[in-house]
Amino acid sequence: MAATERWLKAGAWQRLLRSLTRLWRARPHRLVRRGSVHATRVAGGVLGGLMAGGAAHAVDLPEDRADAMIHVYDGGGVRASGPALLVRKKLNDSISLNGTYYVDMVSNASIDVVTTASPYKETRNEFSLGADYVYQDALITLGTTRSREPDYISNTTNLDVSEEVFGGLTTVSLGFSRGSDQVGKKDIGFFDIATHWKYRAGVTQILTPRWLMSANAEAISDAGFLGSPYRVARVFGAAVAERNPRTRSSRAIKISSLYDISDVVGSGARHSARAEYRYFWDNWAIKAHTLELGYNRYFGDAWLAEGFFRYYKQSAALFYSDNAQTETTYVSRNRQLSAFNSIGLGGKVAYTVKQVPGKYEIKLNGSYQYMRFKFSDFTDVRTGSLYAFNANVLQLFVSATF
Amino acid sequence: MLRILRLPVAGALAAAALLSGCGSIEPWVKPYERERLASPLMKFSRDGLADRHRDHIYDVREGSRGATGVQGGGCGCN
Amino acid sequence: MSFLLRTRLMRTARAAVGALLAACAILPAGAIAPATTAPDFTLRTTVGPNLRMQEQRGRVVLVNFWATWCAPCRKEMPHLNRLYEKYRASGFVLLGVNVDDDTSKAAAVATQLGLTFPVLLDSEKKASRLYDLNAMPSTVLVDRDGRVRYVHRGYLDGYEDTYDKQIREMLKE
Repeated sequence: MAATERWLKAGAWQRLLRSLTRLWRARPHRLVRRGSVHATRVAGGVLGGLMAGGAAHAVDLPEDRADAMIHVYDGGGVRASGPALLVRKKLNDSISLNGTYYVDMVSNASIDVVTTASPYKETRNEFSLGADYVYQDALITLGTTRSREPDYISNTTNLDVSEEVFGGLTTVSLGFSRGSDQVGKKDIGFFDIATHWKYRAGVTQILTPRWLMSANAEAISDAGFLGSPYRVARVFGAAVAERNPRTRSSRAIKISSLYDISDVVGSGARHSARAEYRYFWDNWAIKAHTLELGYNRYFGDAWLAEGFFRYYKQSAALFYSDNAQTETTYVSRNRQLSAFNSIGLGGKVAYTVKQVPGKYEIKLNGSYQYMRFKFSDFTDVRTGSLYAFNANVLQLFVSATF
Repeated sequence: MLRILRLPVAGALAAAALLSGCGSIEPWVKPYERERLASPLMKFSRDGLADRHRDHIYDVREGSRGATGVQGGGCGCN
Repeated sequence: MSFLLRTRLMRTARAAVGALLAACAILPAGAIAPATTAPDFTLRTTVGPNLRMQEQRGRVVLVNFWATWCAPCRKEMPHLNRLYEKYRASGFVLLGVNVDDDTSKAAAVATQLGLTFPVLLDSEKKASRLYDLNAMPSTVLVDRDGRVRYVHRGYLDGYEDTYDKQIREMLKE
């Protein structure tokens, strides 16, 4: 079949997707570029499918919502806190717009900063705009995010398509993101770029009236400057600027299960249990496992509480070394790429302040998580022993749906 | 030459079989049985903004990323 | 497997997935279809006594299946109430069949919404299975002879105008 024939048969959506990919002028690695064309084909196939489907009923747009949040992360000498806002509003039965504003005020006195430089403060602002469009059984989401820091600018665009099939029992989704960053350094300005491509697919399946399962996969490719211009590596005991590869390709798959255990517990209240597992691997030889278990429960009509436990374990990148004893092309002492594990234990609470069914609902929410990171191959140069730190994550927010 | 066509043809036949199968399998959970699934307890992600912040922390502090996207069942209505 | 073969297989697989989604996106047809007799059922109402579908012969009936946990259902309620008040004197009856597991919750929400039409309780899902619903809410319009004329799946803004038109049409017969 000639390329032109395929083009004409694909339909309007696929043509749009193809034009979007052409608009992005950066020249990625040729394998990655082919991947994005394939992604558009698959998305076009799904969209073409939904155009053909004659289902009369429609999937619902997300509810109108407004959230105002204060978030705090305090761990390992880093303190990042700030406000965040979200507003989402339906324009009509098929289109909904949303905007997010997120601020990170960072005060950084982490082990890297304290041992190689001096603590600093900086603010990051992030704006997001998005639109959701419903067409029969499909939900199409288009969004863009811009993040600004004094030495790093990032722009991301994403497109997600999600379709309910099989009488609404199965939701299939596909997504594509492209990020384009400008990397800078204080006193030098912007000197390099980084680009990111993300392809994701997911399926959510209703198995029984009490059981929901979901499987997600994501492939991420990065190209450009992927490290930090401030971080140093250690080779033969001496500090050298780190050398990271200029490409990275990673895959992650995650399986989640959510079960309504109200009948099992039998106390009259509503309970549910969640279990999630994610496996990650990339071409930097990092392999990571994430396991998360959660339990939700209603106390009366107004209080919803959640308790969760998270276990994370990763293996080191190929070129990571705490103190390299050989000269290699790439070397890094980025502890985020080392072998470590982390445990998280947290709770969330939501209190419904006022609820008028069908009209609006206001909730007060709070959550706290305690995390402990333990590194197996990263020494704290101040003490000489392996590094470990605790972190506290706090979120307080008001959410209104109307 | 014909050997190369074998797999794509087999694939198409399998697809056709799947298609006819799909139409004859009835959804086993009816819309009126979705009461439990409509509750906020049965959502993988209740608060998008809070989850986004939490995922951001994991992305920054850990070397892995991706596949955290949540697909909702939406309202248990349809 | 050679590279060429693998690529072709992947492409066919992708096309198959797309086609499969297209086929599965089409709703399986329900048992309830226009020009068939509306299945009979007897259900308890929120006020107490039972109500039988067959007894409504001679009047135009709109059967609306709803639930307290379904947002579009609640959105539709004021419109249905308005339609009931408008046409009840002309031989029209609106039956709101609630499918909640908890019947007291159904009664509470019905009172809260100020519904004047009869609300029937189908917590055992007997009527829902008879009518083989494949969407929530579902609205079935039955004429004076007990034959199903129109079936509406789901609710979007503007559906109430269609109901209005169809009820008027059937009342004229």
